[in-house]
Amino acid sequence: MDTRLSQTTSASVVLPASEDESHGSHADHRLFGLATFLVADGMTFAGFFAAYLTFKAVNPLPEGSSYELELLLPSINTVLLLVSSFTFHRAGVACRSGQMTRSQAWLLVTTALGAAFLAGQMVEYFSLPFGLRDNLFASTFYALTGFHGLHVTLGVICILVVYWQARPGGRINAASHFGLEAAELYWHFVDGIWVVLYGILYLL
Amino acid sequence: MTIANPAELEQSLQPQGWLKYFSFSLDHKVIGIQYLVCGFLFYFIGGALAGVIRTELASPLSDFVRRDTYNEVLTLHGTIMIFLWIVPVVNGAFGNYLIPFYVGARDMAFPRLNAVAFWLIPPAGILLISSYFIAGAASQSGWTAYPPLSLTTPAAGQIVWILSVLLLGGSSIFGGINFIATVLKLRRPGLKMMQLPMFCWAMLGTSILVVLSTPVLAGTLILLSFDIIAHTGFFNPALGGNVVVYQHLFWFYSHPAVYIMVLPAFGLVSEILPVHARKPLFGYTTMVYSIMAIVVLGLIVWAHHMFTSGTPPWMRLFFTIATSFIAVPTGIKFFNWLATLWGGKIALNSAVLFSCAFIFNFVFGGITGVALAQVPFDIHVHDTYFVVAHFHYIVYGGSVFVIFASLYHWYPKFTGRLLNEDLGRLHFLLTFIGFNLCFAPQHWLGLNGMPRRVAEYDPAFTTWNQVSSVGALLMAISTLPLVINVVLTAVSGPLAGDNPWRALTPEWLTTSPPPVENWAGEAPLVTEPYGYGEHTCAMDLGGLSGRDLWSSGKS
Ligand code: HEM
Ligand SMILES: [Cu+2]
Repeated sequence: MDTRLSQTTSASVVLPASEDESHGSHADHRLFGLATFLVADGMTFAGFFAAYLTFKAVNPLPEGSSYELELLLPSINTVLLLVSSFTFHRAGVACRSGQMTRSQAWLLVTTALGAAFLAGQMVEYFSLPFGLRDNLFASTFYALTGFHGLHVTLGVICILVVYWQARPGGRINAASHFGLEAAELYWHFVDGIWVVLYGILYLL
Repeated sequence: MTIANPAELEQSLQPQGWLKYFSFSLDHKVIGIQYLVCGFLFYFIGGALAGVIRTELASPLSDFVRRDTYNEVLTLHGTIMIFLWIVPVVNGAFGNYLIPFYVGARDMAFPRLNAVAFWLIPPAGILLISSYFIAGAASQSGWTAYPPLSLTTPAAGQIVWILSVLLLGGSSIFGGINFIATVLKLRRPGLKMMQLPMFCWAMLGTSILVVLSTPVLAGTLILLSFDIIAHTGFFNPALGGNVVVYQHLFWFYSHPAVYIMVLPAFGLVSEILPVHARKPLFGYTTMVYSIMAIVVLGLIVWAHHMFTSGTPPWMRLFFTIATSFIAVPTGIKFFNWLATLWGGKIALNSAVLFSCAFIFNFVFGGITGVALAQVPFDIHVHDTYFVVAHFHYIVYGGSVFVIFASLYHWYPKFTGRLLNEDLGRLHFLLTFIGFNLCFAPQHWLGLNGMPRRVAEYDPAFTTWNQVSSVGALLMAISTLPLVINVVLTAVSGPLAGDNPWRALTPEWLTTSPPPVENWAGEAPLVTEPYGYGEHTCAMDLGGLSGRDLWSSGKS
């Protein structure tokens, strides 16, 4: 073994505890890192939104093509996502106070709401009178909602993983719950993006 | 002996010796060197492509390569130089090596993410370069990939290009997240933000730009790939799309990108000059505010690249004024460097020569930049060789000169050996003369109307193009003393000692090369990293493993 290495490993024993954290990833730092990543992710959406709004402002809808959206389904979807943010929050609260079974129950509810959202999105896709390539707005609509839908799908998978980890004896418990907090932060972010998307795509 | 935590255990199981540079190492120093060496390899490839360009342009006809090939070479050259050389080296190499030292940490905030960020680069680079072979043709639409051009050139090559740039963008974002978290969260207890070496501020500002702007490029390129693969019409006018939106989104990233390339260089120069002038960095606080001002302004000037794209008058006015304003913080930094040198005991070694040449070149490029920001002038020279000259004065005269300065300055840190000064000065002389010979005449060519991105030109432009090509040849030759120097020194160079420059910044307050743990003991608390020539320095250099670096560090 390299002499320099062994010399330093022995030295590290005398390090104060706070020093050592800089080696592994401390949970706080990981959440901070995730938040920074979500800012970046949000900028991708911001770019798409900006493109959509500019298209809308300057590009006329070609003659004979249609771009009409129904409001009912997406509005229900909005409610589903908002409620799911709340249920995830409850799951987090329950976990931190040590009620893991309750936390798991809330996680299942959240998963169901997320899955219902995705199902609603599918129903909407199949009932729309335009396809991906029909016109500029159709393309942008599918790109934006599709990109968001990918985020939701990923979120649902994460929640299921967290659900599994929150089982008795799993790695998530009242004392250690980084995974749950990370998934929760991500889920709130995805919901927030949806609200903006709903406003811009459907209401404007 | 117990090992303090799993990360350390993992570290100790890593391969040792030179093999570690080929491993998924988590050590920020190893990763820094990986970035550096990888970057230099791509630099030589990009440089060879530049050689092809200048050879072709030595005569007015396209007699050396075919016009399509010329476009491929041009595109690869630009993309490699930006995404595989300057961005990874000024950020990844020096950022990773230095930032943990500067904040008093033993590694970056997320060592594993850091390694992932690096290991995205070689495959992306190989993918990009091999597109010529696997896709039948490399991308031909320039590093800007403007539609509709990028929609009509061979699709496979363009898709590979997009894929590669997406990978590199991802790497850059991961790196940026890591730098932000490290600077903000991993500072040694007792170390305040306003006591950090300037490079930390530069990297913080750069990383903010990376995190805010790179994702927009990624999203845009994904839409572009839809246009190519799925025949949507986002940017295809024939299908009702809008090319100007592409330009806006592209430049929303790519103007900040120029600061992603040059802000870290500002930071590195701010570290090098005080050490060799034996004076404190002048105007620390104004430097910090200037960096942050550049970050903010850098995000709102992008449309100065689009004055000829049918931008409405109000937009032109806004972007002209905003762009011109950047000259203020940039000027502040410039005068701060001069004031740092003023009256100092300057050692005119290779690191300082390259740094001073950087100041000279960058001022020149900055002045042409302000000129380009003025609409009437820009309309005249847009897409001519004047623009090519401008940005080479910035990216080469600025960033690349600083990379060389940093290599001479930190090579003893990396290896424990000093580079040869005679070869270093020769390298400098050839680079400086070659660079100016190559790019100064291009201002003149551009003003007289020679368009950029052409393989053939009006024979009236021949003379100055040949001068430029001779300059490029000199630049190619200038890499010889550099390579010889690095290889010879690595094998048999004089030992540098731990702190050959008697520097006060924390990376020098340990052995050279440093131990895996950075310091054998507690990290020193350096509250005055630029306390040269002063007698009262509040420094707590605690457990410095018996070495009295403090006394050798103080002049
Ligand atoms: C001093 C501040 C600067 C100003 C005011 C400025 C201004 C401009 C303007 C107005 C253009 C557009 C010219 C045209 O296309 O007609 C331009 C082009 C360019 N600048 Fe700068 N610039 C500055 C600094 C930089 C820096 C720091 C870099 C890189 C590190 C840089 C790299 C470039 C590049 C690559 C282009 C050409 C882009 C292209 O069209 O392919 N500039 N600059
Ligand atoms: Cu710009």
